[in-house]
Amino acid sequence: MKKQRRFGGFFALGAMLLFFYGPILVMMIFSFNDSRSLTSWAGFSTQWYTKLFESRDMMDAVRNSVTIAILATLISTVVGTLTAIGISKHKPLVKKLFLAVNNFPVLNPEIVTAISLMLLFASVQVFEKGYITMLIAHITFCTPYVIMTVLPKLRSLDPSLADAAMDLGATPFKALTKVILPQLTPAIISGALIAFTMSFDDFVISYFVTGNGVSNISILVYTMSKRINPTINALSTIIVVIITIALVLINVVPLFVKKDKRKVVTE
Amino acid sequence: MKQYRKLITPYVVWMALFIVLPMLFVLIYALTTKGNAVISLQFTLENFKKFFDPVFVKVLVESLRIALITTVICLIIGYPLAYIISRRSDRTQTLLILLVTIPMWINMLVRTYAWISILSDVGIINNVLGFFGIPPLKMMYTDFAVILGMVYNFLPFMIIQIYTVLSKMDESLVQASYDLGANRFQTFRKVIFPLSLSGVISGITLVFLPSLSTFIIPKFLGGGSYVLIGNLIENQFINIGDYNFGSAISLIMAVLILVSMHFANKFDRDQAEELPKGGKL
Repeated sequence: MKKQRRFGGFFALGAMLLFFYGPILVMMIFSFNDSRSLTSWAGFSTQWYTKLFESRDMMDAVRNSVTIAILATLISTVVGTLTAIGISKHKPLVKKLFLAVNNFPVLNPEIVTAISLMLLFASVQVFEKGYITMLIAHITFCTPYVIMTVLPKLRSLDPSLADAAMDLGATPFKALTKVILPQLTPAIISGALIAFTMSFDDFVISYFVTGNGVSNISILVYTMSKRINPTINALSTIIVVIITIALVLINVVPLFVKKDKRKVVTE
Repeated sequence: MKQYRKLITPYVVWMALFIVLPMLFVLIYALTTKGNAVISLQFTLENFKKFFDPVFVKVLVESLRIALITTVICLIIGYPLAYIISRRSDRTQTLLILLVTIPMWINMLVRTYAWISILSDVGIINNVLGFFGIPPLKMMYTDFAVILGMVYNFLPFMIIQIYTVLSKMDESLVQASYDLGANRFQTFRKVIFPLSLSGVISGITLVFLPSLSTFIIPKFLGGGSYVLIGNLIENQFINIGDYNFGSAISLIMAVLILVSMHFANKFDRDQAEELPKGGKL
């Protein structure tokens, strides 16, 4: 009976993986299709990859996605980390109020955040809609996540360490960079990772705040989906491969490192 | 340590400009007519009244229905999967959870788009069916396609939330239940399931909320005529240009979601308070 149950488990997990990866595999396979069709196979070809690298729209969108994600990650990580340190030293009431506002972009449906920013940019026309407005929007929805990732880690830090550093003559800036920040590194990195992926993948907010033909990958997929276009499959295949490699590296490498550490402890 | 308090100033200014001010704009637009003439504000409840037209109420009910079905299906499929994963060895668990997470890191539009080639009238499923001489099924542009797309996109959230709770659960409680003579079903019903409720609730919120407000999935898999509340909002802003009515709908949806989240959190907290007491018995 035990064996049967195990088999049932394997079957369920197999079905789950097929469900999750089936469509992605289909997309990858058809990116090498010789015809325009997304359903019938006409032979192997890499023409869609060539077309992808020749298409200016596509390359512009890729560049926008990457540069905005990098800029938004850098800015939101620096601002978010410093803000988290600052707010952790405030009184509970200020903290509560601050976190309530900070949570807004997290709790609100994406589309509501998107239209609120769109209305702001449409009514107060300081910035031309396009790259800058998209960047501002991305920083706005990334920073709360960085703060939410760094803040819990701060709670577990010993506040006397920074005090000790200052007693020993360190300036507050030195105490910050030499004592507090190094201890926060893992939380800062995971905050930055969340920010990067959220920004890189974003569609809803970018779609509403952009203008003047500035698009990112998601907006391009959205506008192109009206007519069948295998170059999207080619682009997606490249992204899938890059993301999978990155994730496997991030997740599998620590697995082995951890194992070694455990060995040291038991020894 | 007070030196560091000043560090929040830049971001507080940013929040005021790009979180609070925009929300005020939504509120003002929802309560006024004729869009951009901010100088001649005309406060009115017209936009909200307009929403209670049967056509729009139907859209709301339909959105709630689809989101509810999606959530139930995700729970029915997600719970057993999370349970199966949590019973594996540590290494396998890490690997399986990674495999569940990877699709979430791939662009949602791309993943949804991929389903079109599987579900379409000349798509892969119908090709396979045709091979066996079964007449083609109409799948695209139906409830089935939209719900499938939503389950596909949001199921990982459910699995991960429930898994997190199940994997942290104290194994000795399950052992104790067996020792005291409970069978597998009783142990599950009286011990495992109640202890996993907080994960179930956060899973439900994480599936229900995005499925209520998404407009990509219905547009890709439901076709142009398929209108849920998210599509209605997109339409008002992008195609019709009625920012006032669009803001009112967004506001109604946001309130609906915040209220349901409040209840979910409250329920969750009540559960958390009850559990230690139950443990003492």
